[in-house]
Amino acid sequence: MAIKEKTNTQLFVDGILSENPIFRLALSMCPAVGISTSVMNGILLGTAVLFVQVCSSCTISLVRNYIHPKIRIPTYTLTIATWVTVIDLVLAAYMPVAYKAMGLFVRLIVAFAIITMRLEMFASREPLQKSFFDGLGMGLGFMFAMMVLGFVRELLGSGMILGYDVLGFKPLLFFVLPCAGFFVVGIMMGFFNWIEVVYKRKKEV
Amino acid sequence: MKSIRSYHLLVGVLLIAALFLTGCETGHKFVKKTGFKDTDKIVITFAGPVDEAWASNVANFSAYEKPDPDIVLTVKEIVLSSDKTKLTLIFEAPLNTGEAHILNIKNIMSEGQDMGAAMLTVKKLYFGVLMTILIGAALINNFVFTKYLGLCVFFGCSQKRSTAIGMGIVFTVVIAFAATMAWALYQFVLKPYQLTFLNIVVFIGLVSLSVQGVDTILRKVNPILFKAFGVYLVLVIANCIAIAVPLMLADNEYTGWESFSLALGAGIGFLIALFMMACVREKLELAKVPPSFKGLPIAFVVAGLFALAFLGFSGLSIY
Repeated sequence: MAIKEKTNTQLFVDGILSENPIFRLALSMCPAVGISTSVMNGILLGTAVLFVQVCSSCTISLVRNYIHPKIRIPTYTLTIATWVTVIDLVLAAYMPVAYKAMGLFVRLIVAFAIITMRLEMFASREPLQKSFFDGLGMGLGFMFAMMVLGFVRELLGSGMILGYDVLGFKPLLFFVLPCAGFFVVGIMMGFFNWIEVVYKRKKEV
Repeated sequence: MKSIRSYHLLVGVLLIAALFLTGCETGHKFVKKTGFKDTDKIVITFAGPVDEAWASNVANFSAYEKPDPDIVLTVKEIVLSSDKTKLTLIFEAPLNTGEAHILNIKNIMSEGQDMGAAMLTVKKLYFGVLMTILIGAALINNFVFTKYLGLCVFFGCSQKRSTAIGMGIVFTVVIAFAATMAWALYQFVLKPYQLTFLNIVVFIGLVSLSVQGVDTILRKVNPILFKAFGVYLVLVIANCIAIAVPLMLADNEYTGWESFSLALGAGIGFLIALFMMACVREKLELAKVPPSFKGLPIAFVVAGLFALAFLGFSGLSIY
């Protein structure tokens, strides 16, 4: 039970780096491919996921002793659905333009495997404080990955960062095309694997 | 036993007939049929020959789209067939054939007799609309390659062709069942009681319930089939298409049949995507892939190539 020995800071950092939901665990790929066309999209969806993850983790952690093991998955799903409804209504009311740009994906957070997995693996066993930091780390890890993808695609596709013209020209328009998401994610994953391979080789030497 | 079977057959035939007939009724005794032809023509078929002088007068005809009665569409030319029963109105601008059109005709003259004015509704066959939705969901807006949904299950189940087919079939069945239920629940419960803000909670519960329902029914009715396909049932819940379809049909206010064809199209599109991907990945096993790209990364690149190819469907329109 290595998880139990970890401190709060470690839990937090793990979510962002070594257990990054998109690059390392390869979960919730749909938004990573679908709407990572700009950094702003990544920040917004990342915030939504962070909110849902932290709130559901805390909720489940609080009631973890009262959930019958047989109905635990439906309980998780309904908890997540409730928090998704909250963030969905809030975004639709206060940020209608950004909400439109993200389309169905805000409401589809409910089907993200990463959140259910964290509830099952972590929040249903650990106390409130630890679950909070775990949720925070996972949510920020997701946000970080979405922002990296958005950064690459926005910079290479339209030469801009967060809407500001950085390069002054458009290197490869291909990257803002929706289907380029597959290539970017694939190449990034390959890149992360390659780093790992090189790192291991150095260690052996 | 036989009577039950023929009764079912009769109901089926009636249902199909109803689907076909909805586009053809005209509301005037002298007009037999109306319909679109190409993008800028409306064809009217009369029960008998009409007078040429009456038919060639453009002022006798006026048309507009049903939602916008104040925008009158201008008729450029009228062509009468040689037996004088078929009239083709050619319009100046292309028509939006997805919308129903209202066509007003002034006193129809047939062999010197006045047959009265007619107000006709011209629309596509309902069956055509359904087919458009189905093919749209399966190819043009394929959920995997152009909407980027359900990727977790898509990459998880596309290693082997047999797995791909099993998952695709199970998913199609469950989603068709769940979407029809979601439509009924949305139209008859959520909307009348103004509970639409509960969409997400209700739909995810409904999808889980239908998965459980199909699981229980299959286990009892056909244990052999359950052994083959049971494993995939759990994965259906993890697929975001399963929750996206109910949300979409609620957003677009689809009717029952339209919801069903959307779900069917989504399922078939998912099946096609899975199968094609599995075929490629089986071959990839033998290919020399750089070690850091083995497995998921190269699968993503392949999916990107498929997505590029699917862009080609974007101009497709059949009905």
